[in-house]
Amino acid sequence: MPNLKEKARIIDKDGIRRALTRIAHEIIERNKGTEDLVLIGIRRRGVPLARRLAEKIRAIEGSRVPVGILDITLYRDDLSTLSHQPVVRQTEVNFPIKGKKVILVDDVLFTGRTIRAALDAVIDLGRPRNIQLAALIDRGHRELPIRADYVGKNVPTSRRESVAVHLEETDGVDEVVIMEKT
Amino acid sequence: MGGGILILFKHKDLLGLKDITAAEINFLLDTAVPMKEIISRPIKKVPTLRGRTVVNLFYENSTRTRGSFELAAKHLSADSINISSSSSSVAKGESLYDTARTIQSLGADVVILRHPMAGAAQLLAGTVEAAVINAGDGAHEHPTQALLDLFTVRERRGEIAGLRVLIVGDILHSRVARSDIWGFTKMGAEVRVCGPPTLVPPGLEETGARVYYNLEEALVDVDVVIMLRIQKERQQQGLFPGLREYARLYGLNRERLALARKDALVMHPGPVNRGVEIASDIADGPAAVIEEQVTNGVAVRMALLYLLTGGGDRHENDY
Repeated sequence: MPNLKEKARIIDKDGIRRALTRIAHEIIERNKGTEDLVLIGIRRRGVPLARRLAEKIRAIEGSRVPVGILDITLYRDDLSTLSHQPVVRQTEVNFPIKGKKVILVDDVLFTGRTIRAALDAVIDLGRPRNIQLAALIDRGHRELPIRADYVGKNVPTSRRESVAVHLEETDGVDEVVIMEKT
Repeated sequence: MGGGILILFKHKDLLGLKDITAAEINFLLDTAVPMKEIISRPIKKVPTLRGRTVVNLFYENSTRTRGSFELAAKHLSADSINISSSSSSVAKGESLYDTARTIQSLGADVVILRHPMAGAAQLLAGTVEAAVINAGDGAHEHPTQALLDLFTVRERRGEIAGLRVLIVGDILHSRVARSDIWGFTKMGAEVRVCGPPTLVPPGLEETGARVYYNLEEALVDVDVVIMLRIQKERQQQGLFPGLREYARLYGLNRERLALARKDALVMHPGPVNRGVEIASDIADGPAAVIEEQVTNGVAVRMALLYLLTGGGDRHENDY
């Protein structure tokens, strides 16, 4: 890994909370409630985000939305170009997704390749009614025709930079920082 | 970005469990967990090894090991071909070396070898660029069988360390026993072996296993009993008293199983000789996990194919 140094802290704990609250409202509004709704977090940081969204949706609407976990490692398009393959973890979607409205949740939307892999992975589990995408950060630089339906914050970045989302559950702190290669 | 570099599995081949560490075994078993989830899906296929070629090269008969490897490759979308000694140029006298050269030219990424000679997988591994998986070489090792045994025990018990594991049968001719002894010992279990004195090789204690000749003594307080198949095809040397006497002295039945711990698991690599090494009611009973072993074998082999065609040491966040 190249050395990265922190360049700017762009969202703090309250900012993340407010963005997720807004996204939860948007999800409910666009889907006219929570019927047939399921949330699927993409490992790793999409998972706590999906859980938080489910909690917020429950607080707003009073209904529980199931949360699944998706590991997209086996669906990556760069496996044959890597000398070593990444660690595979378990997909845990313990409910049928046939006919459901699936909200995929990820922390950062970048090239779109993770989402491409996630779409294939979800469709292998069943045929959902539709798939929507929620991302905390959209940093641009898409390489595929993919867009998010719900975005916490658009963050224009250069390719030299990287965006790190830190969450309580995985990193002990809620913040979004821009890192730059040194 | 968190996570850090994870434990590696950086081997070109898997020839035996003697050569790999407990951490590597654990990593392999961890990777088999998500693979098992894939097997449970209605559509048992992921695109991971699309375009890769897996060659099953079998110089001995095998139903479940070969079928298990073939399914593992197919679940991962690899192309697999089967070459068996009776229906190939091997029958025309082609040497293992020349067959290996041919496989190399075919562009195989992984070769799975079963061969009657100990060390055959090692020879092949030194000849081809492809990853070689030993699917049984003579009486030497059968590492994927031991890995699926370890996976099954870990899944049922949570932890292997501290368990008492007993392996019963023809230890002398058993590559499964050797791989199981290495695997379970490395993972911190106490390994006992039991069989007729003529079928227990001298010097086995050096592996750390305790040797018993009396099954009742050996069974006391064990957590896992692995019954080996009596290989009738390997009993031509007079080391063996006869099936009925064997069953009487070393067969697992209800009275004997009661000596083990109440929650003991009964395992068998298959195919089962009912009424010889294991009574029918035990093979079909609640303690037996023989069918689970078969399912787990596919998961473990998927993990191995995945890791040998790559590695498993990248940051999880850089995609």
